[in-house]
Amino acid sequence: MRAAEVRLENVGKRYGDLWAVRQIHLDIARGEFYTFLGPSGCGKTTLLRAIAGFISPDEGTVYLDGSPVNPIPPWRRDLGMVFQNYALWPHMSVFENIAFGLRERNLARAEIAKRVKEALAQVGLEGTERRKPSQLSGGQQQRVALARTLVIQPRALLLDEPLSNLDAKLREEMRMELLKLQRDLGITTIYVTHDQEEALALSTRIAVMNSGRIVQEGRPRDIYERPAEEFVAQFVGRSNLFTGVVLRTGDGMIEIRTCEGALIRASLSAQSPSPDPGKRVLLNIRPEAIELIAPGEEPPRANRISGRVAASAYQGSFLEYEIEAGGKAIKANVTNPKGKPLFQRGDEVALVFAPEDVGLVKDFRESL
Amino acid sequence: MDWWQGAAMASILALLAAFILLPVGRVLWVSLLDEAGGLTLVHFVNFFHRPLFREALWNSLLSGLLVVFFGSLMAVPLAYFSARYEFRGKVLLQTLATLPLVIPPFVGAVALQLILGRSGMINLLLMRWFDVNIPFMEGLAGVVLVQTLHFFPFIMLNTAVSLANIDPSMEEMAESMGCHGLRLFRRITLPLMLPGYIAGSLLTFIRVIDDLGTPLMLNYKNLLAPQAYLRITTIGIDDVDGYVVCVVLVVLSLGSLLAARKCLSLAEYATVQRGAPVTRAIHGRKRLLVLSFSALVLGASLLPHVGIALLSFAKVWSFSVLPTSFTLDHYAEILFRVPYFVQNTLLYTLLAAALDVVLGAAIAFLLLRSRLRGRNLLDAIATLPLAIPGVVLAVGYLRLFHGWDFPGAGGPLTSTWFILVIAYATRRLPYTVRASYAALQQVHVTLEESAQNLGANRLRTFARITLPLISSGLVAGGLIAFVTSCVELSSTIMLVPRIEMGPISYGIYIYMQSALGRGAGAALGVVAILIVSAGTYLTHRIFGGSTGSAFRV
Repeated sequence: MRAAEVRLENVGKRYGDLWAVRQIHLDIARGEFYTFLGPSGCGKTTLLRAIAGFISPDEGTVYLDGSPVNPIPPWRRDLGMVFQNYALWPHMSVFENIAFGLRERNLARAEIAKRVKEALAQVGLEGTERRKPSQLSGGQQQRVALARTLVIQPRALLLDEPLSNLDAKLREEMRMELLKLQRDLGITTIYVTHDQEEALALSTRIAVMNSGRIVQEGRPRDIYERPAEEFVAQFVGRSNLFTGVVLRTGDGMIEIRTCEGALIRASLSAQSPSPDPGKRVLLNIRPEAIELIAPGEEPPRANRISGRVAASAYQGSFLEYEIEAGGKAIKANVTNPKGKPLFQRGDEVALVFAPEDVGLVKDFRESL
Repeated sequence: MDWWQGAAMASILALLAAFILLPVGRVLWVSLLDEAGGLTLVHFVNFFHRPLFREALWNSLLSGLLVVFFGSLMAVPLAYFSARYEFRGKVLLQTLATLPLVIPPFVGAVALQLILGRSGMINLLLMRWFDVNIPFMEGLAGVVLVQTLHFFPFIMLNTAVSLANIDPSMEEMAESMGCHGLRLFRRITLPLMLPGYIAGSLLTFIRVIDDLGTPLMLNYKNLLAPQAYLRITTIGIDDVDGYVVCVVLVVLSLGSLLAARKCLSLAEYATVQRGAPVTRAIHGRKRLLVLSFSALVLGASLLPHVGIALLSFAKVWSFSVLPTSFTLDHYAEILFRVPYFVQNTLLYTLLAAALDVVLGAAIAFLLLRSRLRGRNLLDAIATLPLAIPGVVLAVGYLRLFHGWDFPGAGGPLTSTWFILVIAYATRRLPYTVRASYAALQQVHVTLEESAQNLGANRLRTFARITLPLISSGLVAGGLIAFVTSCVELSSTIMLVPRIEMGPISYGIYIYMQSALGRGAGAALGVVAILIVSAGTYLTHRIFGGSTGSAFRV
């Protein structure tokens, strides 16, 4: 399988007076699984379509394998795209759909038949050649769309929210299959989604986008564990954000007084450089980092905030709590303590969490 | 199951049987009887042994196919331009393209005679300049020319809708795989726009076969519809050959309907639309090409309008390029001396449209909201009039109701003007059924259920939820029925009991019989065009600007 390098240099696209995306720089290496993650309208699909060649950027350049492709029409870019709605041609059978790209490339009949068969086997749909797309289930249509794209051995795979039309269970299955397929083939893949779980699960690198900009780029772990901006912290995973003032630093620790009056200690190991005392900072504590104990119990962790259970939702493997503390609603996900009693609405509790689990959101701009 | 649904179903079926199935069945029955009253196919054998009839059948088929062919040459490029390109003047193109439909084809025939006929405007100029005379309007060619200019918008409008409904990703996908240009059109776009194209072509074909006025006006009688008409009116209601021709006509249009259905079901795609369809701005030479083609086609198709307007004001117009003197007398004649043509038209067509709206809504409701058996049958019968030529329906009515006094009417139904209302309502019923069906389909049943859940009974729910939501669909359907009835001639011409009971279309036909009456006929034609334009305009307003929705199937 061939795999291309994709580079975007200062790419911008304007609709009327509005820039859909602007000043986009990125460098995607061979074999990467690179995801544009962001809410609808952030410009992620625009970028993908610019790479595919369906729209031409108003500024900047798209490079494939080092050569600029701006003036090259989509049919000469040799990229495989999978659309959100699959775009299977209803007037053609499964075989004809998959054979389409091969016929465009003037392959011999026998070769086409062989490659279509292989492609169908690759996605586990042997024997469906003669069916029409409308006779397939959503998941099968998705596989045909993937096979149709893979069969031409494109230089890169472009996927536009390919899993969003599937139901939850199927989506998870397809996600795993896609992951294995991409890693096996080693094909450069660019993926567009608004689903952060999907992005974290599949990608080698993620670009989180908001209103036409890339706000953070990095490996899934970087994005989730060290969000650079408030937007990223809130969009990727769930988060509890606190604003506060630095009281003192030292011993690899930093002490912060939050607006609500709580005292929080954060470990400095992960955060560098350390902010000066008196500075305002934004803290992020993931719900799963928080543990709940009864008020009288000895805290096993360094940080402790008192509160009252406002709501609890039983989720099977874990419990989702909302705790009211100092006028702020804090989310806490607690592993199901099987057999033991659960906290009820109205119970007084203490939230405890380790200093290592407190993240300082890097590019916090003072908004007061 | 509610008893009233069953009752409604039964009475509607009875009504449809009386005015659709029985008359047509009667025509078929007569054509199958020999003199002694036994069943026979001998009349059909005779039909195919007579060169005159064989030729009429061949000519009807040929004219239908030729009109579809030439119409496609005009319509498909226009449809593509209007669905895919963005250019100044596009709205004008879309508006002008519906105008040919507002002029009744037989009126267009007269007007085209004046412009393209042997001693019409163009040929007079050609004679003067080059000393040649081109027989545009002679024989079958003239009929095909008139009908092509009149009917091509059916193909264009339906094709354009299909084109606009193609999901852009269908074509983008193919492009990303290396397919583009004409090849992309042939492999992806063309197959995906087939449903609309087939629907438009079918509608055109059926209407061409049904068209009685154009051949009569052009004095070309060797087609099936005029043959049926002439047999019945000159030889008499008992002439078997007339009935045989009628049956052949029905078989022809029913056959094409079924064939098209078959193609459509093969080509029926759910095209989910993602956002707005993609249109591309065009400039320079391409824009010039698009504009000149559109101007050429639309210019030609608007010739009849110009001709009829000129004629209606002309005092003298013969053997001259333009009328030599103008007058308002023709309008005075039709508005003051014989105002009944216009009055009758409004009375009949509005009544028929109102009937159709009520029936259409009831049928749509039964089809979509009831679980009764026989809904498919109801659907089939209610669609049937699309494929029954007007002549055939008229012959059926004459035969069925003749000599049978309708209670309260003081004579047979066919000697009252109400038979015209019935004929119009029957012929246009499929339009309102379709419009109501489409409107009701949009109303999700949960909207009604939540009203009932909140305490509204069935009647209140219908009045406060369903009716307001489908009313625009109902009105639009009614308007289409009204507009198309206004220019109906093929059953009118046989069913008008007395001249003063005739509608506009009949008046035009009568006036056009004599050279002296042509002016008044043209004035009536202009009135018809104005009524139809007003109705069409209103329909567009209600449909919310989607141009031409009134003439789609």
